[in-house]
Amino acid sequence: MKVRHQARYIDMAKCIACGLCAEKCPKKVPDEYNLGLAKRKSVYLSYAQAVPPKYAIDKETCLYFKKGGKCKACEKFCPTGAVDFSQVDEDKDISVGTVILSMGFRPYDPTQYGAYHYANFPNVVTGLEFERILAAAGPFHGHLVRPSDHKEPTRIAWLQCVGSRDLNHCDNSHCSAVCCMYAIKEAIIAKEHSKEPLDAAIFFMDMRTPGKEFEKYYWRARDEFGVRFIRSRVHTIDPVPGTDDVAIRYLTEDGALETEIFDMLVLSNGLEVSPQVQELAKTLGVKVNANKFADTSSFTPVATSQPGIYVCGAFQGPKDIPQSVMEASAAAAASSELLSSARFSLAKKKPVFEERDVSREEPRIGVFVCHCGINIASVVDVEAVRDYAQTLPYVAHVENSLFACSQDTQELIKERIREHNLNRVVVASCTPRTHEPTFQETIKEAGLNKYLFQMANIRDQGSWVHMNVPEAATRRAKDQVRMAIATAALQPPLVEFDLPVTKAGLVIGGGVAGMEAALGLAGQGYKVDLVEKKDFLGGHALKLNHTWNGEAVGPYVESVVKKVTSHPRITVHLGAEVANVEGFVGNFKSTVATQGRETVVEHGAAIIAIGGHSFKPAEYLYKENPRVLLSLEMDQALREKNPLVTGAQCAVFIQCVGSREPERPYCSRVCCSHSVESALELKKINPDMDVYVLYRDLRTYGLRENLYKEAREKGVIFIRFDLENKPQVVQDAGGALTVTVRDHILGLPMHLHPDVLTLASAIIVKDQEKLAQLFKVPLTNDGFFLEAHMKLRPVDFATDGVFVAGLAHYPKPMDEAIAQAQAAAARASVVLAQDAIRAGGVVAQIDADKCSGCQACVGVCPFGAIDYKEREDVCEVNQALCKGCGTCAATCPSECITLFGFSHKQIYTQVDEALEELESAMEEAAG
Amino acid sequence: MAEKEYEPKIIGFFCNWCTYAGADLAGVSRLQYPPNIRVIRVMCSGTVSPHHVLRAFQKGADGVLIGGCHIGDCHYLRGNYMTIKRMRFLQDLLKFTGCDDGRLHLEWISAAEGPKLAETVRNFTEKIKKMGPSRLKLAALAA
Repeated sequence: MKVRHQARYIDMAKCIACGLCAEKCPKKVPDEYNLGLAKRKSVYLSYAQAVPPKYAIDKETCLYFKKGGKCKACEKFCPTGAVDFSQVDEDKDISVGTVILSMGFRPYDPTQYGAYHYANFPNVVTGLEFERILAAAGPFHGHLVRPSDHKEPTRIAWLQCVGSRDLNHCDNSHCSAVCCMYAIKEAIIAKEHSKEPLDAAIFFMDMRTPGKEFEKYYWRARDEFGVRFIRSRVHTIDPVPGTDDVAIRYLTEDGALETEIFDMLVLSNGLEVSPQVQELAKTLGVKVNANKFADTSSFTPVATSQPGIYVCGAFQGPKDIPQSVMEASAAAAASSELLSSARFSLAKKKPVFEERDVSREEPRIGVFVCHCGINIASVVDVEAVRDYAQTLPYVAHVENSLFACSQDTQELIKERIREHNLNRVVVASCTPRTHEPTFQETIKEAGLNKYLFQMANIRDQGSWVHMNVPEAATRRAKDQVRMAIATAALQPPLVEFDLPVTKAGLVIGGGVAGMEAALGLAGQGYKVDLVEKKDFLGGHALKLNHTWNGEAVGPYVESVVKKVTSHPRITVHLGAEVANVEGFVGNFKSTVATQGRETVVEHGAAIIAIGGHSFKPAEYLYKENPRVLLSLEMDQALREKNPLVTGAQCAVFIQCVGSREPERPYCSRVCCSHSVESALELKKINPDMDVYVLYRDLRTYGLRENLYKEAREKGVIFIRFDLENKPQVVQDAGGALTVTVRDHILGLPMHLHPDVLTLASAIIVKDQEKLAQLFKVPLTNDGFFLEAHMKLRPVDFATDGVFVAGLAHYPKPMDEAIAQAQAAAARASVVLAQDAIRAGGVVAQIDADKCSGCQACVGVCPFGAIDYKEREDVCEVNQALCKGCGTCAATCPSECITLFGFSHKQIYTQVDEALEELESAMEEAAG
Repeated sequence: MAEKEYEPKIIGFFCNWCTYAGADLAGVSRLQYPPNIRVIRVMCSGTVSPHHVLRAFQKGADGVLIGGCHIGDCHYLRGNYMTIKRMRFLQDLLKFTGCDDGRLHLEWISAAEGPKLAETVRNFTEKIKKMGPSRLKLAALAA
């Protein structure tokens, strides 16, 4: 592949991100990160947390490039000489085995909605612009003000589906899948940010909150925060003369015309694929679908039409963060399956340095005080700080350096360590968050344990924030240096050690998710034990006819079962369950019980994919009348060409049976698409059949919206009802059904007489508690397995080495279950690919002599890393699982837990040193 | 005591992942705040035990500011839940023992909230300045 590397005109190796260049640059341009709501300079950092934190020059606007070699202010002021105007774009040829496309989306430009006046009214903003307005690092520092006059708004409206579900203003027939949630989130945050009570109103067609915990969030917005939800598509927006306000006119559901005035409007604009992305897809020969997203099959959700090229994120289809993260891991899994034979073949091994034993030595500390060019030295008296450090206990050497982080200073530090036999190093400069690893590496190369290092932050939290009070800044710098030296003196070398990894996986659940996860792991070369409770593989997928996309499920499941059963690295345990689990990440020993026989399976990672079940309702005459079916029973009837269905003249579907109700406050995600798909099947059998779908919000999110559109075109009738006004189902003596539902538009009850009634019942999880206890992983209130982080770690548990996939995590359609299974396999293989797990370092340790066995620490540990040993009556930290947060240490009533590097003694000492002057004054006063 | 404006001493316990990073961002953004604070970096606000805070007051700190990640954003998943529980309890305890209310302050400041960090330190320093030296310190000085 040929990759063009654009010149940034800044030498990344030299840039220290001090920002002087941007301060001096005379050219202001709109800041694209803040969507033009703020300005940046021509030389800039894309955003405050950009990684790596290195500046770049924007050639398009830079005066040097525009005015033929004039200006160069940045070059003049850069303290490290990092500006390099001679850089040119470079084309690089790289050879790769696979490609992953994660090119994202473009927010829809609402200028085309003439009636919404986005281009004319400054107080009509997009969802993403509003996001920036709310952001702490945004144009108004997180103060909620409207753009036109910076007045704090007290009335804000959100208009949904702008550039989504719309073929009038644009070609976006799809639902963008994320806008309902982001509008709710923005409304809640706006209310929280607002000093005055804020009226927040969301105008929507269907409220689509089908994600995990989303429905509850929607309810909270409505019931606790008082966000108004108005079901209406707004058609006109007018200016309010003499003000910057806007008036909106809309029709309520019962047909009344209303006008309301708002200070500000947010257009919840949708997601679409940019022309550049389409162009690149074409170059790569990747097929796109009618909505311009990458064309994928439900069974291979991250594989594009081009072998070896994978896709994840919004280019695969509009989706939210958790789904994107899952797909990212899935794409990595698919890729690494192809590349598994080449794993580590290009990896370079880090050299190992011999470590000097300093445990018996008195501390001999070297202190390096950095000028950072003029960044520190122009405010803090660095020579005075250096001289002061010289007077402190254990300090054996002090020195100033112009740039402590420069390569020659690293060499110098190593030399000084040898020369003065230093056994600890303190650097007073910038922040440990960016530079601690550099210095740790340096002292390691000089034979010191890397933890024998401390930093005093005298730039980011010193000279830069106390610029006008140099004396006070110097006093603070001295204090922070004294604190760092004192804590360094107490720092022992910390040990890191390796634990071997059993390179095998255990997958629990033999449905689609479990089988795909097993194949993912086996495909990467690992042995897998697959445990299934039933005596056959396939799970609920065996009962499904088609995916929403019309792909036949049966042949797919059959082929997967075949692959699993014939795979040489997969052992299938049927009629089996996990009876016991011992060990931890990399080293599990689980007992699998198969009809009374017990087998011990050793594995390094586990994937929980026990699936879900359909809820059996006690309403709508289910089990009382043979014409009443659940969704999967409808699939069966269709499959078997049951005359009940094929001969029907009228069919009714009732949605949200058991879902989105107080006792089950979640949306089951798949039922809307499933019912619409079955409705279309019925129309295929008999186009004259009367088919009704009774729904609360139709949640055909993403490209599934096309299915909903098709159903309406084919004459399926959709009637909405409220939770308070659920349909009534009665039967007469002959078993004929009557469904009564109040039509919202007519305002009258309608009586339907279906020959077959399908109940879209909720998806629930069963028998999950025991497994949750065995693996020490949590469940949500709704009984689903709870991942480590809903957005960023959607398949991991807080407990290392245990992962989740499929319906056990949350109801989801097959494509998403497969992507999640592949993702879980990818995450598990991160553990299994290693020969050993590195443990130790900054972790907690319990002094068994002082431990009273109270187990307070066991309860507070978020990672299940502490065990209570009953026989000895003490607690013990498993250092392989400990992440070093130290909350156990803060909880322990006898302070017998030490978090290495942040011990109680070190914290007390820092407190004491920070307050040393005061203390001596107090002692003096006390005489 | 000196007649000029009282300069209090404040101890800040900042968590590595959010508030400490927010403080770095305040620096990068050159947002100015009073130099009365001394920052101790901890891995998580949950690392701070009530004893650490009490030690600061014993040794004469006029105020203690604890900064952690927003609820739900904790790098260690739920360390900051422990922080709330501990510090609410400690605030009540301090009040019960006759210490001034408000010298122990807890704030969630993310890595992106440089302005909030600067504003928090500014406001807290101002408040403590108005309150004057802590009673513990005065008692020690008078003893």
